[in-house]
Amino acid sequence: MSTSATSARPTRPARRGLGDRWAALPKPAKIVVWVLVALLVYALPLLNPPILSTPDSDFGSVMFTVASYALVALGLNIVLGYAGLLDLGYVGFYAIGAYTVAVFGSLHGKVPFVLLIVLAVCISTASGLLLGAPTLRVRGDYLAIVTLGFGEIVRLVFLNTEWLNAARGITNVPRPPSLDLFDVPQLQWSGFTATVDLGTQSTFLKFGLLDGIPYYWLALTVIIVVLVADVLLQASRVGRAWEATREDEEAAELNGVPTFRYKLLAFAMGAFIGGLSGALYAARTGVVNPETFIIQLSMLFLAAVVIGGQGNRWGVLLGAVVVAYLPERFREFAEFRVLAFGLLLLALANFRPQGLLPPRRARRAKAAAQELEELEHSGAASGDTKEGGIRA
Amino acid sequence: MSLETFIDLTFTGLVVGAIYGLFALGYTLVYGVLRLINFAHSEVFMWGSFAAVWVMMLLGGRTGMGVLPAIGLLLVALVAAMLVSGGVALVVERLAYRRLRAKNAPPLVALISAIGMSFVLSEVMGLRDRIAGWVGLREPLAPYVEKARENVSFVNPLQSVTLFSISGFQVRSTQVIVLVAAIVMMVGLDQFVRRSRLGRGVRAVSQDPEAAALMGVDKNRVIQLTFLLGGLMAGAAAVLYLMHIGVTKFNVGFILGIKAFTAAVLGGIGNIRGALLGGLVLGLAENYGSNIFGSNWKDVVSFLLLVLVLLFRPTGILGESLGKARA
Amino acid sequence: MRSIVKLATPFAAAALLLTACGGTTGGSTDAESSAGGASGCPEGASIGFFGALTGPNSNLGNNIQNGVKLAVDQHNAKPDACQVTVTPYDSQGLPDQASGLGTQAVRDTKVLGIVGPAFSGESKVADPLFAEAGLVGITPSATNPALAENGWKTFFRVLGNDASQGPAAASYITTTLQAKKVYVIDDASEYGKGLADIVRSDLGAAKVGDDTVQTGQTDFSAVVAGIRASGADAVFYGGYYSEAGLLLKQMRDAGVTTTFVTDDGAKDEGLVTAAGAANAEGTIITCPCLPPDKAGGSFVADYTAAYGTAPGTYSAEGFDAASILMAGIEAGKTTREDLLAFVKSYDAPGVTKQLKFDEKGEPSDISVWAYKIAGGQIVADQEIKAS
Repeated sequence: MSTSATSARPTRPARRGLGDRWAALPKPAKIVVWVLVALLVYALPLLNPPILSTPDSDFGSVMFTVASYALVALGLNIVLGYAGLLDLGYVGFYAIGAYTVAVFGSLHGKVPFVLLIVLAVCISTASGLLLGAPTLRVRGDYLAIVTLGFGEIVRLVFLNTEWLNAARGITNVPRPPSLDLFDVPQLQWSGFTATVDLGTQSTFLKFGLLDGIPYYWLALTVIIVVLVADVLLQASRVGRAWEATREDEEAAELNGVPTFRYKLLAFAMGAFIGGLSGALYAARTGVVNPETFIIQLSMLFLAAVVIGGQGNRWGVLLGAVVVAYLPERFREFAEFRVLAFGLLLLALANFRPQGLLPPRRARRAKAAAQELEELEHSGAASGDTKEGGIRA
Repeated sequence: MSLETFIDLTFTGLVVGAIYGLFALGYTLVYGVLRLINFAHSEVFMWGSFAAVWVMMLLGGRTGMGVLPAIGLLLVALVAAMLVSGGVALVVERLAYRRLRAKNAPPLVALISAIGMSFVLSEVMGLRDRIAGWVGLREPLAPYVEKARENVSFVNPLQSVTLFSISGFQVRSTQVIVLVAAIVMMVGLDQFVRRSRLGRGVRAVSQDPEAAALMGVDKNRVIQLTFLLGGLMAGAAAVLYLMHIGVTKFNVGFILGIKAFTAAVLGGIGNIRGALLGGLVLGLAENYGSNIFGSNWKDVVSFLLLVLVLLFRPTGILGESLGKARA
Repeated sequence: MRSIVKLATPFAAAALLLTACGGTTGGSTDAESSAGGASGCPEGASIGFFGALTGPNSNLGNNIQNGVKLAVDQHNAKPDACQVTVTPYDSQGLPDQASGLGTQAVRDTKVLGIVGPAFSGESKVADPLFAEAGLVGITPSATNPALAENGWKTFFRVLGNDASQGPAAASYITTTLQAKKVYVIDDASEYGKGLADIVRSDLGAAKVGDDTVQTGQTDFSAVVAGIRASGADAVFYGGYYSEAGLLLKQMRDAGVTTTFVTDDGAKDEGLVTAAGAANAEGTIITCPCLPPDKAGGSFVADYTAAYGTAPGTYSAEGFDAASILMAGIEAGKTTREDLLAFVKSYDAPGVTKQLKFDEKGEPSDISVWAYKIAGGQIVADQEIKAS
C-alpha cells in the first residue's frame, strides 16, 4: 500500500519519475518489495506502533475489523467501481454469509469449518444471483432502492424467523481450527522506545477468544488472495466488459458485450466476497445477531468505497481504513463519525467524484480519451471533455 | 376479520397513506424534472417535523385549551414546518445538486451527493445538543436540544373526539382532519401545476428540457421551484404525521422516506396524482398485511411491494410523467 | 533517493520484528507469575464500567455509571483507602464493539473487575471473554435469563431476570387487575419477546390475542385495530418505552381505553412524554427493581447531592454492583482471582436488596414491584408477591 500512496504525490514530474523507476525495477526486486510490505502489514498488531495503535480498544481486534471492512470494500468495489452498479443493500450478503456459518455450524448442524465457509459463499452468491437476475434489468437508480429494500428484508427476516433464533441471535459460532505452533510476543511502547512484552503473546494460529490477531492474519490472507484474483480479473476480458458496460451500456451492448450477463457476474462476485467477509466476522465474534446487520452498515461500506475511490482497489482499501480505523483510533469523536462521512461524501461527490485515490485508467482508455480530445480540438467543438473520466 | 376490523384497518390505512402521498410529492416532482432520486428529501420532512414541535413548545401549546386557539396554533405550526422544509429543500438543491448539474455529472454521483447531504442533515439534528454547546447555547436552549437522539413529542392542542361510528368503528376527529387536509393539499398542488404559469414551466421542463429552454423557460428557476414545492408539501406532511403519530426523531425520515418513495414509484414516479394513489395503496397494503402476517412483517410487506412494482411495472399504476400524456 | 528511504523503512521494521522473535522462549512463565502478585494496593487499580455512554441508549448507561462512580468516590474518600478509578468501556450498546472493548479490558491488568455489560446483547459477546480471563463482571441491568445458563464462572447480576418478572406481571394482570381477556404484544427484541412469551404462557387461556411489532415502528394503527377487535380488558406490552409510549398514545387517540401493562424496559419518563400524561394515567409498569425511595441508607440523598438529579432506573443497581467490588478491594482482594472469590461468597445488605448470589450468579433475593403512572409520574404501587 505504501507504494501506491507515494504514487499519488501532488507534483507530477516526481510522480512520473517514481512510477517509472518502480516500473523499471527488475521483477525479483518488485516481488521482494511486495513481500516486505505484506510482512509489515501482517506484523502491525504485533508491533503496536505508538501512534497507530488504538489506545481505547484492543489493537488486534480493531485490525481485524479493519481487515473485514477492507474485504467488504473490495467486493463492493467490483459491483460499484467496476460494473457501476449502486448497491445500497450490500450488508444483506454480509449477513447471509455470517448467518450461514452460525446456522450450520452451531444452531442446526455441526458442519466442519472449512465446509462452512464454502457453504457461506455458495449461499450468498446464490442469493446474489437470485436478487440480481430480475433486478439488474431495472434502471441504475432504481437498482439502488431495490437493493436497499433487499438489505432491510434480509435483516427483518432474520429478526422475525424463529428457526433462526429471531432476535436472540446465535451463539457458539465455531472458530477456525487452531494450529498452536509457537508463541509470538508483542511489542510494548513507552513513548518511542519499544520493549518486547512477554506477558502478552499471540500463539501462532490459535483461534481463541481473546486474541484477535490470528483472525486478522486469516482475513489479511484472504484479502491478498482476493486482491490477486481482482488484479487478474480486471485485466481480463471480463474486466474490459465491465468497464465498457459502466462507461456506456448501450454502446457496449451494440458492440456485442452481453452487458446483462456481465452485470450479473459482477453482482454475484460481490455477493461472494460479501458473504466471505460475513463468514469471517461470525467466526471471529462467535455470535451473530440481526441488530448487527442494520442498513447503516451498508452505508458505511458504501462510504468506504466512494471515499477511497471506486474502481481503484488500493483506493477502496484506503477507504476501508478511513471508515473502520479512524473512529476506533479517535473513539472520543466516534459520535461524529456519520456526520463526518456525510460531509466527506458530499464534498467528494461535488469536487472529486473519483475519490481519494482515483483509479488509474487502463492505458487503452487513456489513449482513447487523448484521441477523442485531438478530434474535438481539430473540430470546432469545445465543452466539457475535461470530465471524460467520470461520464456515464 | 370482522367487518368492524376491516373498516378500522381501511380507514387508518387511508390516513397514513395520505401522509405518505403528501411526502411522496417531493420525490415525484424532483424526479419529474431532474430524473434523479432526491435521497435527502427524507431529511426535508424531518426538519419540518422539528420546526412544528419547536413552534408548539415555544407558543405553549397544551392539551385541553379552547378549540379556536388550538386550531390557530396548529396552523402556525403548519406554516412554520412548511417554511422550514421548503428552505431545507432549497439548501439541498443548492449544496447537493447545483454544482453537479452544471458539470453534467452522472446520476450515481448525484445520488451519492444526496446520500451525503442526507447524513449531514440528520446528524446535525441528532447532534444538536453538541452543536448548541459549541456556540454556548446549550443551557438556554436546553428544552429544544437535550436528548438529541431520542424521540421528541409533539403536543397536539386539539383533543381527538369521536365524530360518528360506522358499524361499531368510531371515526375520530384527528384522523378525519389529517385525511382531509392531506387530500386538499394534494389537489391544490395538482391544480397549481396544471393551471398556473409557473406550473406550466415545471411541466414543460419535465417533458422536454431542451425545448423548454428554447421557449424561454429558466430551467434553474423551475428546478428550484420544484424543490421548494416538494419541501412545502413535506412540511405539511410532517405536521399531519405529528398529529397522527405524535413523535419525531432525528432519523425519522429514513424509513418513512423509503415508504414515501415506494408510494411515488407505486403510483408512477413523476406523476402527482400517482403519488396520492400510491400512498393510499401502500397505507392499505401495510395495514392489511400487518393484520394478516403480524405487525413485525409490515416493512417487509412494503419493501416487497416496492421490489415487485419495480420489476413488473416500473412505470407504476398511473405511469410516469408530470405532464399529461407522454408516448 | 526518496524511494530508497521508502524501501528502508519496512526493512528496518522487519529486522526489529526478527530480533524481537529471537528473545521470546523461556520468558513466559516469568510474566505469568507476576500477574498474580501479592495483595495490597496495586498502583492505578481500577474497575471498568461496560455499557452505552454515547449513542441512542446512552441514558441508561449514564444512569448506571453515575451510580458506579458514586460508590467508587465514597470508597476513595475513606481514610487510607486503596484509590480506585473507573475505566469506561463505551460500547454504545452495540454487540459489535463489545469484542474489542472486552479484550481491551481483559488485557489491562489494572482492571480488577467490571460493572456490566449493561445490555444482554453485548453481554453475550463480552462475558465469554471475561470468563476466559477470570475477570469478574457484575451486571446491573442485563436481565436475559439465558445469560446465567452459559456456565460463565465470572457472571453475576444484582437484579432479577425476566423469568422472575414475567410470572409476576401475569399474576398482577389476572389477580390484581382481574383481567379476563388479555392482549399480549412484544417488540421482537430479545428482551421484549422473551418476557412477553413468559407472560403468554402464564396467562394461558386468558390471552385473547397477540401481535409483534418492530423496534423503531411508529404507526401502530393495525395493532390498535387488533386490540379493539379482541375486546381485551388489559394489554401487556413487552419492550422499551419509545414504542410503548407511541402505542399507548395511538390506542387512546383511537378511543381504546384498555388498561396498559408494561415492563421495566418501559420504565422511563420517556413513556409519559411520548404518550402524553393524560393518556398514560393508570398505566402499570412491572420491574424487578426496588423503588428508589425504598433504597436503603443515604443513597438517594447522596446521589441527588452528587449529580443534581434523582437516581434514574438502574442507578441504584449500578451503585450496588460497584459497592461489592469496592468492599472486596477494601478487604485487600486486589487480584482478579481473589476478587472473584470474594464476590462469589458475598452476602451483605445493599441499597436495593440483600446482595448474595447463587451458583449461577443470580441474586438470591428478588423482588418484583408494580409501579403506576399517576399525574404524569411513575410511582411505586405495590410489591408483587410470587404466587
